[in-house]
Amino acid sequence: MAKAPKVARAHPLAGRQFAGNGVTLAPVDIASRVSLRAEAGALADIGKLLGFALPTRPKTSAAKGRRTALWLGPDEWLITDATNQRLAATLAKAEPAGCSVVDIAHRNTAIEVSGPNAAAALNAGCPQDLRAAAFAVGAASRTVLAKAEIVLLRTGEDAFRVECWRSFADYVWTYLVDAAKSA
Amino acid sequence: MSFTPPPAAYRVAGKGRLSPAKTVSFTFDGRRYSALEGDTVASALLAHGVHLVGRSFKYHRPRGILSSGPEEPNALLDVARDATRRQPNVRATTQEVFDGLIATSQNRWPSLALDVGAVNDAFARFFPAGFYYKTFMWPRTAWERLYEPVIRRAAGLGTAPTEPDPDRYANRFAHCDLLVIGGGPAGLAAALAGAKAGLDVIVCDENAQFGGSLLAESRAQIDGEPAGRWAETMADQLRAMANVRLLPRTTAFAYHAQNMVSLAERITDHMAAPDTDAPRERLWQVRAERVVLATGAIERQLVFADNDRPGVMLASAAREYLNHYGVAVGRKIGVYTACDSAYAAAFDLAEAGSEIVAIVDARDNPDSALLARANDLGVKVLTAHAVTGTTGRRRVRSMTVEPMHQSVRRKVEIDALLVCGGWTPSAHLFSQSRGKLAYDAANGRFLPDAPAQNCVCVGSCNGTDDLAGAIAEGAAAAGGEAKVDVAEAPSMTGHLIGAAKGAGVGTTSKAFIDYQNDVTAKDIRLAVREGMHSIEHVKRYTTTGMATDQGKMSNLHALAIAAEALDAEIPQVGLTTFRAPYTPVTFGTFVNHARGPLFDPTRRTPMHAWAQRNGAVFEDVGHWKRAWYFPRGAEDMGEAVNRECATTRQVAGIFDASTLGKIEVVGPDAVAFMNLMYTNPWDKLAVGRCRYGIMCREDGYIYDDGVVGRLAQDRFHVTTTTGGAPRVLNMMEDYLQTEFPDWKVWLTSVSEQWAVIAVNGPKAREIIEPLVKGIDMSGEAMPHMSVREGTICGVPTRLMRMSFTGELGFEINVPADYGATVWDAVWARGERMGMTPYGTEAMHVMRAEKGYIIVGQDTDGTVTPHDAGLSWAIGKKKTDFVGIRGLARPDLVASGRRQLVGLKTKDPNIVLEEGAQVVADPNQAVPMTMIGHVTSSYWSQVLGHSIAMALIEGGHERMGETLYVPMANETIAVDVCDPVFYDPDGGRLDG
Repeated sequence: MAKAPKVARAHPLAGRQFAGNGVTLAPVDIASRVSLRAEAGALADIGKLLGFALPTRPKTSAAKGRRTALWLGPDEWLITDATNQRLAATLAKAEPAGCSVVDIAHRNTAIEVSGPNAAAALNAGCPQDLRAAAFAVGAASRTVLAKAEIVLLRTGEDAFRVECWRSFADYVWTYLVDAAKSA
Repeated sequence: MSFTPPPAAYRVAGKGRLSPAKTVSFTFDGRRYSALEGDTVASALLAHGVHLVGRSFKYHRPRGILSSGPEEPNALLDVARDATRRQPNVRATTQEVFDGLIATSQNRWPSLALDVGAVNDAFARFFPAGFYYKTFMWPRTAWERLYEPVIRRAAGLGTAPTEPDPDRYANRFAHCDLLVIGGGPAGLAAALAGAKAGLDVIVCDENAQFGGSLLAESRAQIDGEPAGRWAETMADQLRAMANVRLLPRTTAFAYHAQNMVSLAERITDHMAAPDTDAPRERLWQVRAERVVLATGAIERQLVFADNDRPGVMLASAAREYLNHYGVAVGRKIGVYTACDSAYAAAFDLAEAGSEIVAIVDARDNPDSALLARANDLGVKVLTAHAVTGTTGRRRVRSMTVEPMHQSVRRKVEIDALLVCGGWTPSAHLFSQSRGKLAYDAANGRFLPDAPAQNCVCVGSCNGTDDLAGAIAEGAAAAGGEAKVDVAEAPSMTGHLIGAAKGAGVGTTSKAFIDYQNDVTAKDIRLAVREGMHSIEHVKRYTTTGMATDQGKMSNLHALAIAAEALDAEIPQVGLTTFRAPYTPVTFGTFVNHARGPLFDPTRRTPMHAWAQRNGAVFEDVGHWKRAWYFPRGAEDMGEAVNRECATTRQVAGIFDASTLGKIEVVGPDAVAFMNLMYTNPWDKLAVGRCRYGIMCREDGYIYDDGVVGRLAQDRFHVTTTTGGAPRVLNMMEDYLQTEFPDWKVWLTSVSEQWAVIAVNGPKAREIIEPLVKGIDMSGEAMPHMSVREGTICGVPTRLMRMSFTGELGFEINVPADYGATVWDAVWARGERMGMTPYGTEAMHVMRAEKGYIIVGQDTDGTVTPHDAGLSWAIGKKKTDFVGIRGLARPDLVASGRRQLVGLKTKDPNIVLEEGAQVVADPNQAVPMTMIGHVTSSYWSQVLGHSIAMALIEGGHERMGETLYVPMANETIAVDVCDPVFYDPDGGRLDG
């Protein structure tokens, strides 16, 4: 089994920070990300490997410890592991049961958006209803921030994780800063 | 130089809600005026007795302030904060004064008082309705040079600023249970009822204060307290509730489908020194479960001769100026009305000390209570009378009064004339929501009928004119109940639509219906006479209602006059469409955050910073920035590209291919799916090998191409063109989800998972090999077109041996966050061995030297694989793939199709222009028969001559033929050849 590489990962937003007007933005390191596409028949196997059952309702997520699974579509999940780089290899064992496990750890990057005006800043570019009743803590959705596709996860009353493709990170960050200033 | 503005002579002590202690100053046409905080530019000017504020659009007639709100057609000013913050066509009636505001009148030269364009007024009979259509027909060229420039300068509003807008703008998406539009009595009642029921409520009002019509109120009482205070209490109550958002200075300007309403919030336009980070305006895109429209009603003028002089004003506006702003609009005031509500204005002004010369009422029998009160106040009422004319150039000086049924004229001196033709319910948003309107003949108005969305109209926009009724209706709309005791609320009974006395059929007076576009009653009749029988035609022919106020005051008058001329009922003539925006919205608000770097995403690869440090010139490829070439010293582009190509072919070159699209195709049915999506056969592609694949659309034309590696029996690493990545994935998903939903195969975009470092050239292997672990890179173990998984520099890699240059080539795929580190390591070794970085231009040259196509450059959506010389990539035994039937269409198998060939110029130094047309006979008559065009063309340093690719009719059969490329200055002779110019037997692929 290959060891985790010693080469340091370069977060595309490394070194950036913003705090002001009730919004704090921070780049987040996520060790593993997996794009899971699975038939219903494979869910049990994946649940065992993952350590918890996958969420099956729209706009929800499930989490245990450092791992989080976000429902993105009827057969699609984004699964992350905050610290362990070997999530893809672990879950790949379920592929014979009828699923596709693809490592996308580096495809996405993440920004934490927090503070009392976090939802307002996001709503500058994201048309989702982010009121607590409609988007509670743990809610997750693949959506847009202006012209970029994002995956949004509510991690707390006033905290969200925004995932976007790596090359859109600069745009998403810059947009959120502009939005935060005018929130 | 210090200057004390003159006192505001028309400010009435003790009247209005503004604090006399808070003064600010502003300038109008260079002159300084004082104002009170909360004043609009209009109220502040009126406080100084200034009525003349503009010149009309067409006739340049002097115009004053007609209204006190957003319906204002006349008082449009240029308002500036400083040299760069300037906006034309701002309504003086809605712009709040801030300290230092600079207001300037528009559409006048050389000055507002003396305007040369006013000569148009004298020649008005030469400018009838439809004048533009009739007059400037000939000659055609005069339009561009003469008519249009002159008309544009003479007729028009303000001038657009030329400098970039330095302000910030914002956007907010919001959801709520209840959106209340309009913060008047009905709206406030709805909001409070909804809020008390626990709903999330957003209430917006275009004014700075909530209260709507109650702001103009002086006598009305609600539950024993003055109506204005009642509104303040309601607003305070709402402000204190966590589930309510109050948005003052916010106009709901568009009502879309699914209860989506756009609001424009003006955040800093009333502030003297706004926070630099604060946006000037914010666009709200609100999705509401239920919408309550409490948009009120707009008072109409009366249509009589010369009803447009400065000092002629809506009665309700005069009342608001007095009761809210503490300004008397005149000292000797005439009133001309057909509606009860004007009496309230007259009485208030009389009590405040102005002389009401007469109330001229067009009706025979106004309400006796009103007449009694007039009598008490000593105000003369002339019932069944009309005002049939006015005098006064810069300010109205007299009105001519006539009995309705006789011709006895009397001239009465005045300095202001209040007019009221009744009230038009503001059904704009309701109509935009696709709600139907019904005509209420008894009251001469269109009222909301059946709603098309979850919205409800309350209050005077719904025709509910009594205050208690409006408040009850508002509360009920939000599921609540409100019973209030109302005393002394003014009546809104009575109306007159269409031409009043002296402006009817057969008259030639200038009785304006649309002030902003200078349309008069007789223009409407002319339009009808000239054959415009639909109101939509009348509107376009006369331009009535087409100004920036969209005819808020004029539409019903125009309709009534057209109906009369057509001898039809008003509903038969129709109603013009209400369109968004309700009032003009700045471009900044629509654009909001999407300016500068946020105009569009700019995508950069993980190695972008290296390229930047190393002097790359970048080109835009879709959203991507790609290194185009790396000039050294004083090299120009051609020299840099020649060097990059030569070094790559002689030693090695390193190239950032990260932008290529990548799709991981996984599942037991992966190979079946690949067989379907690509023309090539995939069954026999061994694990660890790669193949160049062609993808067609159903019509048989090439859609995309790329190299595909088989990582496992059930796993493919598919690459696409940079620009094609999203659409290829979409097309694949489309087939999978709609045609083959049962197949066990899944697609994942991994374009950005992998940074791709291409190393090409004879020394490619030598450079990379020491960095790689777990892969035997020898020629035997890893032949051309193969893929291996291992590590490089300690990180995982999918290493592909392939070539887009014709040289020995490897593409190192590494997880993107490691891309820069691995690139550095490869570069460090390669640089010592003489390797060069190369950009997209050198890549293009080298691939063209090998005859490799670029989809979208050498193909244009009408090129089949056969046309492109890629018949070999079509699986001959395959019975199905996307495009197989399209390729069998008669015109796709016909001879004479344009086919891809190489072109060599007879003069080796001439580089053809891409896109140049090709002909067989250069001596034929023009227009020549064009048989094809150049798709790619470069100077090839390694070959020492230019090369080109072209799509030529029957090209594959023309090898060796001489063809011609006619250009502006010369005709270039070319030889048709095979497009593989360099190393045709491919020996260099092995280094």
